Amino acid sequence: MNKDILICGVGGQGTVLASKLIAAAAMNCGNTVHSAETIGMAQRGGSVTSHVRIGSNAFSPLIPKGSADILLAFEPAEAVRNLSYLKKDGTVLVNSNPVKPTTESLNDTGYDGTEMLAYLKEKCCHLMIIDAEKICAPFGSARYFNVAILGAAAGSGRLGLSSDALMQEIEARVPAKFVETNKKAFLAGIAYADSQYNNGTQL
Amino acid sequence: MKKEYVMGNGAIALGALSAGVNVVSGYPGTPSSEIIETIQKYPHDGLHLEWSVNEKAAMEVAASAAYAGARTLVTMKQVGLNVASDPVMSLAYIGVKGGMVIVSADDPGPISSQTEQDTRMFAEFCRIPVFDPCSPEEAYQMIQDAFVYSEKYKTPVLFRPTTRICHAYASIDLAVDFTCEPEQFYTPHPYEGFVKDSKKWVIFPRLSYANHAMIEKRNPEIGRDFSDYDMNVITGNSKKAVFTSGVSYAYVKEYLKDYEDIRLCKIATPYPFPETFVLKALEGVEEALCIEELSPYIENALLRTIGANRLPVKVYGKLTGHVSPSGENSADSAAEILAGFLGTAARESGIDLSDMPALPMRPPVLCAGCPHRASFYAVKKAMQELPDKNSYFCGDIGCYTLGNAMPLDMVDTCLCMGAGITMAQGFHWTDPDGVCFAFVGDSTFFASGMTGVVNAICNEADMILCVLDNSTTAMTGHQPHPGTGRNMMGNAVDKVSIVKVLEGMGVKKIEVVDPLDLASAVRTVKECAALPGVKAILFQSPCIAISKPAEKMKISGKCIQCKKCIREIGCPALIIVDGKVTIDKGLCTGCGLCSSICPTAAIVPDEGGARHE
Ligand code: SF4
Ligand code: SF4
Repeated sequence: MNKDILICGVGGQGTVLASKLIAAAAMNCGNTVHSAETIGMAQRGGSVTSHVRIGSNAFSPLIPKGSADILLAFEPAEAVRNLSYLKKDGTVLVNSNPVKPTTESLNDTGYDGTEMLAYLKEKCCHLMIIDAEKICAPFGSARYFNVAILGAAAGSGRLGLSSDALMQEIEARVPAKFVETNKKAFLAGIAYADSQYNNGTQL
Repeated sequence: MKKEYVMGNGAIALGALSAGVNVVSGYPGTPSSEIIETIQKYPHDGLHLEWSVNEKAAMEVAASAAYAGARTLVTMKQVGLNVASDPVMSLAYIGVKGGMVIVSADDPGPISSQTEQDTRMFAEFCRIPVFDPCSPEEAYQMIQDAFVYSEKYKTPVLFRPTTRICHAYASIDLAVDFTCEPEQFYTPHPYEGFVKDSKKWVIFPRLSYANHAMIEKRNPEIGRDFSDYDMNVITGNSKKAVFTSGVSYAYVKEYLKDYEDIRLCKIATPYPFPETFVLKALEGVEEALCIEELSPYIENALLRTIGANRLPVKVYGKLTGHVSPSGENSADSAAEILAGFLGTAARESGIDLSDMPALPMRPPVLCAGCPHRASFYAVKKAMQELPDKNSYFCGDIGCYTLGNAMPLDMVDTCLCMGAGITMAQGFHWTDPDGVCFAFVGDSTFFASGMTGVVNAICNEADMILCVLDNSTTAMTGHQPHPGTGRNMMGNAVDKVSIVKVLEGMGVKKIEVVDPLDLASAVRTVKECAALPGVKAILFQSPCIAISKPAEKMKISGKCIQCKKCIREIGCPALIIVDGKVTIDKGLCTGCGLCSSICPTAAIVPDEGGARHE
């Protein structure tokens, strides 16, 4: 399999765990995997990305522009910020809940993500909007957002990785006391993706 | 054989362990910090591991261990090599017995550094070999080779990965399984021990003269040896050739994978330049393009080689404006340059985004509840209450550089590690009536701040030293330092007390305050501002990333929506929801700074609220 997956979001949203789970699942299915992550100061409330490159045909640690198969975005503006990496017929899986910039309360720009989602709808031929807040409502904490979004991505069928393979990595890599809720959030994400298809979403 | 999925820095660490490295020292600095952290995580019984107080110390610890025949590894970021340049320049003349590899991680971009300096130039400047890996996989093998070359030529060698190599992940084939017995995983390299010989180990002008001559004779030999090194690779055969090194090779390859007949030359050992190898790569070539980052190092060496051999080859690169002279390369920039040079197809473009809406900016800010915010705010308040005094705020390298952001705006200068303390003195000499502050972190104080304080005392400068003591090296990932009371060998050790150090130097006014106790912090700053000489204030409060948060705060009904809290301190947990000031429960650590400035005492502990998870 050759697949370039770009995961993006805001520092603190848990994109790193999502990328680790995807990379590990792909590896355990026998693929060569490379990845690269934002490290350092930007992790604090800044824009962060993880580039996961599956397959032996990847050389650059970062995905070249215009060639990602999948953009898995944890935040609408971050999806738009990284859209230049997506190939023309690539898939965008985006969480609809905006994260206001930390400086927002100082200079109010009114950012709420709607303009970004509208732009994505206009530009992307394969788009699934994920409402992670809704998926995670039963679990009562935003700390499961990442796994819920990952579940929805798995449920979309676009990752090229089976839900079982990802589930195994959740069991192996998430701290024991959070495994159960993470598994539930992951399954809720899959169910959410299914309901989107049933509602007529076509990827 | 066992596959491990590791970061480039992890690959370097595992390679060094495979080489049986005996002593490892370094100073944290992005992008190099994870090398030492990785070594700590894997079996390494019998190895000495330390975060040294700074890069110069790290270099010297490793140097004498290498005199004794031990294999040593020193790690730092590129600007750290500036700090260590004094020992390394001389060490190049003295040489070593055991293999000594100095990792100096370059940072094209720069992504998290003050400069875009090039360690390859530094290697040539100090006349020692340098290795330049193009991937984590290659780094794992190359660092092992570096030890062998170092021992063969009895010289320290540089090893310079760049950020994209350090922080890229790949699966590495390890020679042994790390789940095996620890002794099988790591076997210390056997060494003889130090053999006294003052003619060899004591640097004197006469020895330097003799060794310099030896080095200039030896280096071309190393260049010839490198010409056979199997990480220097030529592929393809065409009249137009591409020369590249490091991560730029990966970018070039990303495009050239569809054009395998193009002559591609990867140079893994830029200095001493492998001239014989490069002449082979130039056979039949009419035009050569150099794609590299930072300095036009290979381009210049290539021009020298072509000139000396009177070859009819045109060279393009940074010097001709074909490659950007600064910043990092990418697969995209490489593809564009290559398509232009080769006359081949441009890479397929992505979606047209010319009508992209304006994106929210996300500049890095101090974390919610960060005690540095309170310290800066206390100084700011105090000086506002002394309006007829000019004040100077000299910053330093660490998280607290972020004190420059609005609304705090409390960093006037930032130059390099430890500079704030001495720069505050320069401002004093140009404005003797001004109040000159130096803000320095605890780790930076030990690394390079202490001499600056002595300088102020003996030269009679007036200044206020503000040590922002959060008990860790926060910016680079919470490494221990001399004040934390633990070290990399896992031992509890005596803490070095900053107060006692300052007392010992003769600082007469030393105050320790809790920055979160705003009123007394402000009072202390004002008191110090009125006194002559060197004053020190230790703002002590642990980094929120390593401490248990207090009860969160909430905004009560008393709030009059004046937004003073937001305007003055800019804590990211203070947000506006539906037009009202609110506290983001997920971010608030309950530091209480906002409540101490609210004019109506509207910010109160959220008693019913859940504690921070
Ligand atoms: S108490 Fe106030 S200043 Fe401190 S973290 Fe919470 S909101 Fe921010
Ligand atoms: S400073 Fe106090 S009164 Fe003013 S907006 Fe903040 S909480 Fe409300």
